Amino acid sequence: MLGCIDSVVCILVLIADVLIYFPAVCVFCKMFCLKTSSLYKAAVALVMLLQPSLVLIDHGHFQYNCVSLGLTLWAIIGLGSGKDLLGSAAFVLALSYKQMELYHATPFFFYLLGKCLHEETIYRKLLKLSKIGCTVVGTFVLCWLPFLTTKEMAMQVCHRLFPFARGLFEDKVANFWFSASLIFKMRDIISQTRLIQLTVLTTLLMLLPSSWNLVRKPTFNRFLVALVNSSLTFFLFSYQVHEKSILLAALPLTLLLVECPFPGVWFHTVATFSMSPLLQRDGLSLASVAMLVIFVTASLIVFNPLETIWTKVMYTSSCMGMAVLQFGLNFLQPPSRYPDLFPVLISAYCCLHFLVFLAYFHYVQFSLDKPSPMYWSDQTLEDQTTSDVDKKTI
Amino acid sequence: MKSGRCWLAVVCFASAFKCLLVPSYHSTDFEVHRNWLALTHKLPLSKWYYEDTSEWTLDYPPLFAWFEWLLSHFAAAVDPKIVEVKHLNYESWQCILFQRLSVIGSDLVLAYAIKEYFSSMLQSGKGSSGREKLVTLSVLLLFNTGLLLVDHIHFQYNGMLFGILLLSIAKLKQGSVLCGAFWFAVLLNFKHIYLYVAPAYFVYLLRSYCFEKTGPSNWFPHLSNFLPRNLVKLGAVVVAVFGISFGPFIILGQLDQVLIRLFPFKRGLSHAYWAPNFWALYNFADKLAIRVGSYFGLSLTNVSGQALLTGGLVGDIGHSVLPTVTPFSTIVLTLLSVLPALFKVWCRPTDFNGFLRCIVLCAFGSFLCGWHVHEKAILLVLVPLSLLAVCHSSDAAVFVVLSTTGHVSLFPLLFLQAESLLKIILTLLYLMFSYYAWRSICCGTKEMKDELKLRVYQLPSIYLGGLVIIQFYCIVVHPLAPFADGLPFFPLMLTSVYCALGVVAAWFQCYVTMLKD
Repeated sequence: MLGCIDSVVCILVLIADVLIYFPAVCVFCKMFCLKTSSLYKAAVALVMLLQPSLVLIDHGHFQYNCVSLGLTLWAIIGLGSGKDLLGSAAFVLALSYKQMELYHATPFFFYLLGKCLHEETIYRKLLKLSKIGCTVVGTFVLCWLPFLTTKEMAMQVCHRLFPFARGLFEDKVANFWFSASLIFKMRDIISQTRLIQLTVLTTLLMLLPSSWNLVRKPTFNRFLVALVNSSLTFFLFSYQVHEKSILLAALPLTLLLVECPFPGVWFHTVATFSMSPLLQRDGLSLASVAMLVIFVTASLIVFNPLETIWTKVMYTSSCMGMAVLQFGLNFLQPPSRYPDLFPVLISAYCCLHFLVFLAYFHYVQFSLDKPSPMYWSDQTLEDQTTSDVDKKTI
Repeated sequence: MKSGRCWLAVVCFASAFKCLLVPSYHSTDFEVHRNWLALTHKLPLSKWYYEDTSEWTLDYPPLFAWFEWLLSHFAAAVDPKIVEVKHLNYESWQCILFQRLSVIGSDLVLAYAIKEYFSSMLQSGKGSSGREKLVTLSVLLLFNTGLLLVDHIHFQYNGMLFGILLLSIAKLKQGSVLCGAFWFAVLLNFKHIYLYVAPAYFVYLLRSYCFEKTGPSNWFPHLSNFLPRNLVKLGAVVVAVFGISFGPFIILGQLDQVLIRLFPFKRGLSHAYWAPNFWALYNFADKLAIRVGSYFGLSLTNVSGQALLTGGLVGDIGHSVLPTVTPFSTIVLTLLSVLPALFKVWCRPTDFNGFLRCIVLCAFGSFLCGWHVHEKAILLVLVPLSLLAVCHSSDAAVFVVLSTTGHVSLFPLLFLQAESLLKIILTLLYLMFSYYAWRSICCGTKEMKDELKLRVYQLPSIYLGGLVIIQFYCIVVHPLAPFADGLPFFPLMLTSVYCALGVVAAWFQCYVTMLKD
């Protein structure tokens, strides 16, 4: 009986994936991929679908992240092809499916705001703003109406969705606060309300630069990079973060694999590795290594990310560190004084990587005006989308 | 991309994918190999073929036992409890991981052999077509659904053994006859099922190596062309290998016991699940005749009076209406079915493709007419056929249909729900890949592509459609049907008989191609 239920759950996740996420990836590749060869676009779509962290969490650990990520991807496609209202509606649906999508909310907001502000006349600005506003509020109300009938119910829903009582971090997570608390115990020194205020303030401050940049120049390319920056900022500096939240940063990076293959492949390796304590508990350690091998080999064939000697050196040394820690996690007994030695080391190691990635993607976002930031493809997506919209070639 | 890198990428993908299959269902064959690890590690040589604490006694030739002995040292280092003979059905995660990884590692032999087979073609500068064929064959063999289902889920070591077979064929293709003969002799001492294709080797080596090559079709070579030195060299190599393998047991006087273990004829004409061969059709005709007879009031039961339409037991069950089959008659029929192919090889010693075709037909003949054939033996037909299919479009058409039929006939091996979707998807993907790969490799011109389309879209696709319907019935409808409890064997029989029709048709097609050549 139990085996039957397991099979049914597996199949349901697969069906949800195939119905929502797969078509979104294929449509994205078809519309926004650089080269026009359909074989190349199919290869890129395949590599995107092989993204190890999502496959392992959805089909190994069993969650339905593919639904919310798929809906967000449809929203991104909508915004990229000029259909802002549909995009906004899709994003509200994604948000109503999983509140973690709030990590992506600020770029959506600022991108749309920037687009509104860039309209010619004040009338058009207000018209666009109100259209988007109505769509968002309308979709939101449609989804939430049954649950907001009384104030107590609404409060209970909020309480369940945002469990602040659970503490600064759930488990060992590659988050800034967790790593910082290794050095000095924040939870003991600062009270909970102050901690919440501190994290909110830090997150907002870190979000400001990329959001301001996005409002001033709302282009699609910038929007994608801002999604990375926003989700990484939330992951690193927010309150009560799960390891699985890295999937939210992994989504826009999957889309940017064509543009910046080297940081993309490296990030996915680190992201999958950052979840290895969780995967080890589910018995998925071997599966995670196998998925990484498949993904990296496929990326090497399609994108050729490790062209220069520096990229090879950086990636190989990073992987060697990860290999040592993975070996320790699976096969070595930690000393009795530090029973969680390896998960803690893994979290700290990944946090360092994520901070570097955050700095790098901020650099990318700010240098998108100048030609080709480091590790970025020569032909920018911007040119392609405007020419596509002009020629209506989809 | 360079061909070496393409091949390496395919090997990485295949190995990583097989790692994902580690936690899946494994059959009693897993315990068989664990038991052999234990008994070769703990017991002295003299007890290897006598040990029977476990029901899964050693029934492979000595070289395989030595292979298990070698592995057992690593197993003992990983987890000493694996190699305890008394730990029947021991299944710790270390044990499962070790055994699964040993199969994945041994598959590298197959990967190496594929590269070796194409090395001469790649070196002679046939560039991109050689590279395409290398990659296609690598994917078709390393991702072969049948091998995935049997080796990496059900649990066996066929990948490595096919690697040795391919290596011997590669060496023969390159002209190193003694090397090829050596590897084949080694293979026979790993698993004696390869005796199925031994006649092809025997005739080919005798004719091409021990007689001078005098002309294209000289069916009766002159005795003056006989090269006794070559025969001695060949004989020495083969005898040496068999000597090293069986020697210790001959010295201990245990040869009889070893042979009894290797050739258990008491097991009956068909396995519990009938392999889709001629005897499946024969059994079905017998049961049908009994049913028809009982409808007309004739009471016909078989020798032991057992229930018939519901049964599929292992054991010596005689037939009632049709004459009972004996082991001797199966050997005679097998020889008769392969004689024309052997004769053709005898007449054309320089035709390497003819030799490959003969291997395929020998495997076919033994599969169709042999005694107590396992359904897994269809792989012995498919692997050499894939080598032919890389170069000839007529073989490619047969391969596409036969591989699908063969893989579907393996479905009853994996009967748990978790694997149902996996086996169907793997078979479908393999079918699509093999069809499109063959189209792009074998068919240079549009006319050839249309011809392939025509050949595959006519009768074969009707047959494949029927296969889908039958599998839908077996997997979805039958478990939910109210009469299912009384007929547990019915879906197996249905699969078996229907696949047998396809296999017989493919065999016929291969023979026609051989005779036309």
